[in-house]
Amino acid sequence: MSEKLHTLTKKDYSSGSDVKWCAGCGDFAVLTQVQKVLAEIGRPPEEYAFISGIGCSSRFPYYMGTYGYHTIHGRALAVATGTKTFNPDLSVWVAMGDGDSISIGGNHFIHTIRKNLDIVCIVIDNQIYGLTKGQFSPTSIKGQVTKTSPSGKRSLPMDPVALALGAGVNFVARTIDRRPKQLAEVLHKAYEHKGFSLVHVLQNCIIFNNGAHDDITNKETRDEHSLILVDGEPMIFGKNKDKAIVLEGLNPKVVNRNFVDESQILIHHERAKEPGLALLLASMRAGKFAGSKTVEKFPIPMGVLRNVEEETYDSITTEQVEKSIALKGKGDLQSMLNSGDTWEIN
Amino acid sequence: MNQVAKDHVVIRFAGDSGDGMQLTGSQFTNSSALTGTDIVTLPDYPSEIRAPAGTIDGVSGFQMQFGSQKVNTPGDYPDALVAMNPAALKANIQDLARDGYVLLDIDAFTERNIDKAGYVENPISRKSLFDKKAYSIPITSQTLEALKDFDIPKKAKERCKNFFTLGILFWIYDLSSDFNIKWLKKKFAKKPIIAEANIKVLKEGMIYAQNSSMFQAQYKIHSAPLEKGTYRNVSGNQATGLGLVTAAERAGLKLFLGSYPITPATEILQEITRHKNFGTKTTQSEDEIGGICSAIGASWAGAFACTTTSGPGLALKSEALGLAVITELPLVIVNVQRGGPSTGLPTKTEQADLLQAMYGRNGEAPMPVIAAKSPADCFHQAIEAGRIALKYMTPVILLTDGYLGNGSEAFKIPKVNDLPDLTVKFRTDKDNYQAYARNPETLAREWVKPGTPGLMNRVGGLEKDFLTGAVSHDPKNHDKMVRIRQEKVDNIANDIQDLEVFGDQEGGEVLVIGWGSTYGSIRNKVQKYREEGKSVSHAHITHINPFPKNTLEVMKKFKKVVIAEMNLGQLDKLIRAKYIIETISLNKIQGKPFTENEIAEVVDELL
Ligand code: SF4
Repeated sequence: MSEKLHTLTKKDYSSGSDVKWCAGCGDFAVLTQVQKVLAEIGRPPEEYAFISGIGCSSRFPYYMGTYGYHTIHGRALAVATGTKTFNPDLSVWVAMGDGDSISIGGNHFIHTIRKNLDIVCIVIDNQIYGLTKGQFSPTSIKGQVTKTSPSGKRSLPMDPVALALGAGVNFVARTIDRRPKQLAEVLHKAYEHKGFSLVHVLQNCIIFNNGAHDDITNKETRDEHSLILVDGEPMIFGKNKDKAIVLEGLNPKVVNRNFVDESQILIHHERAKEPGLALLLASMRAGKFAGSKTVEKFPIPMGVLRNVEEETYDSITTEQVEKSIALKGKGDLQSMLNSGDTWEIN
Repeated sequence: MNQVAKDHVVIRFAGDSGDGMQLTGSQFTNSSALTGTDIVTLPDYPSEIRAPAGTIDGVSGFQMQFGSQKVNTPGDYPDALVAMNPAALKANIQDLARDGYVLLDIDAFTERNIDKAGYVENPISRKSLFDKKAYSIPITSQTLEALKDFDIPKKAKERCKNFFTLGILFWIYDLSSDFNIKWLKKKFAKKPIIAEANIKVLKEGMIYAQNSSMFQAQYKIHSAPLEKGTYRNVSGNQATGLGLVTAAERAGLKLFLGSYPITPATEILQEITRHKNFGTKTTQSEDEIGGICSAIGASWAGAFACTTTSGPGLALKSEALGLAVITELPLVIVNVQRGGPSTGLPTKTEQADLLQAMYGRNGEAPMPVIAAKSPADCFHQAIEAGRIALKYMTPVILLTDGYLGNGSEAFKIPKVNDLPDLTVKFRTDKDNYQAYARNPETLAREWVKPGTPGLMNRVGGLEKDFLTGAVSHDPKNHDKMVRIRQEKVDNIANDIQDLEVFGDQEGGEVLVIGWGSTYGSIRNKVQKYREEGKSVSHAHITHINPFPKNTLEVMKKFKKVVIAEMNLGQLDKLIRAKYIIETISLNKIQGKPFTENEIAEVVDELL
């Protein structure tokens, strides 16, 4: 594709199929931004492979004008591992929900991260099982009443971002369906990042968990409840930008900006070599999301938490193949079969 | 010295798992193979990696048969048992052939070892145990004596004792030690003193046997009338790996293997990982599901994709198998069966995953199933599995088992150009593409690689429209799709070899049907019946789903049909259900193959 026949637009990345999410579902925003970002990137649609598992958001590939594979529950990343490792020239994107990624597919999630497969992985998290009509998910908050937890969910939520950092993720960002601009920015960065790029998108399931993220979407409250991360900038939030994050001992703390020295405020470095800062940010549990009596309530950090690069699984695989060819010569079937101790029968 | 010619000899090497019995056995095998005898081997590992030394649980064995005729199996009853300690003797003596002999290291028969083996008294002094011939040789002390001038630690000297044993056997069976000497020099190129020590001991062993008055005769096994050609010794797992690499090359594709280590299938992954210079990519996945799913992802991307496992792993892969069925992607799944259920008998063999392979999925998910009959046949069936998968765009299950996977035999190396051409064509033409349009003959859909301009399409586990492949919930369409997926697999019957009869082509008294690794023992027994003039024939089934078209026709020609398998009658169930005929099911589920006697117990009654 040396010459583009026309400027690619969002439409070129749409399959044209009717989108079957509920009206008002947060998934629409993600789909729109992904299509928009791909058009901006400008690579032809055939070079993308969208892979998903099972769940509302996993219908994603059907709506993309790219190659798509709607696989089975929890296994999208395992399938993507084969696709990307086999053909690293493809730009592989995985879309999945909270249940798909860290419940039934938890093992693939941590290990695909560990391998550092060069893909973009979008986890669309609505803290509920939508497709099966309203059971709690691993990210549902403690006490959440759902069809399978009528007396309230009995355990704390698990945070995909913290889990991913624990597994050694090199790129992780959190954003939300209602911040399309940030979503687009983060998707661009995720695409540019070489290696496993996790984009955690908080999403509103209007039918089964409506308002789960109200704190961070309502005009009145959102600035108090979210910390927008800007690389190289101090961590300041609040409607009047009057709150800041400082470090007290090993722990983050929310303080009134007016009462601390500017130099004490934590500065965000998404490219910090060590994962400490990102882990610290991930440990900051926001309001409702925490649900734990032992955790202080923080604004939820949004934006890129970590963005560093390491060799990727797929590129190492290719390198090893090339090295082997350089060393042994291109495989010759007859000599492979004839290798080892042989004897002749005449 | 007088030489006695023998048709075939079975030797079992037994010792502590640290004694290097597998190595001794395979060295002997290679030396005998080089003289042109036919060979089949079977290692028998203890299930614990490090059971206490000197105990029965820690005994490791290696059995081999070599002969001047096709031998087919590693043999039922050893003619010679090498026992490196009392536990090895105790664990194996009962299998020794009536006129067989034991060769033992008398130095290892200390009070402590005798006790550890669970003997109350020294078995060598017990008359009853040795109505069999026994050669008690001070193997350890002779080894140390031979190495007295070598400046290496005592432990290292002791470790050479295998080669003393090997030397004795070389002399008894009149084999040359040239191959082993060469092998030792290469193996210990960096430690020439160790090579020298082993070579010295090997030679001393030969001299010892020659000079001692113990052995009255040497045995000679003449070369077998094998087909002309170049041969090598391969294990079934190695052959499977080589076969998969070969299939990919013959298809003009790159091989992708997604797998998770599991006994007794792991060696296939290890073998394939060695052949990266063919562009082969492997991934050791996080789990069995990751293994098959990554293979499916690679297949979708245009690879010749495979996954390898054993029974419990196949169970974990079953949901993903259904995905490969509905998205109609080529995939080879190798199941090296082992004793089940659950963890079962991981190091022992069984054929009890047949129904799992046939039906172990949700929904109507038909899948071709084929089985290899011998270690070398694993190579050819891996290619056959690839052929069917690629031609019909379907996952295919290849069944082997622990006996085949670990066992080895002489493999006639084929000329690459004589192997089937599996060339694949990807769809690149943009016009009128329909993702589920089918080849009218094979009913296969077309394979499109992501990356191909203009053919972007979406597939998935939801039911597909008959033509476009778009998601369809239409009941009629579903009915049609279920039937066409079945028809596609059934049609493969037109494209496979007929079932052959060894024996009475026009029919007769008894037909013994087998599949998989029971081939050798059934064939040997049937051959003996025929030499005795009895009307017993053998039909070996390689393609189990679908069956060869003439299967019923063949069975109908015989008065009695016996189906022999290492399970409770799984092939029998399939045959009875499909053909509604009377059969007799012959079963054994003891983690080891049939002996000829066990077949005779059932078949004799019918004659
Ligand atoms: S159920 Fe919830 S998540 Fe699913 S489509 Fe409807 S709104 Fe979206």
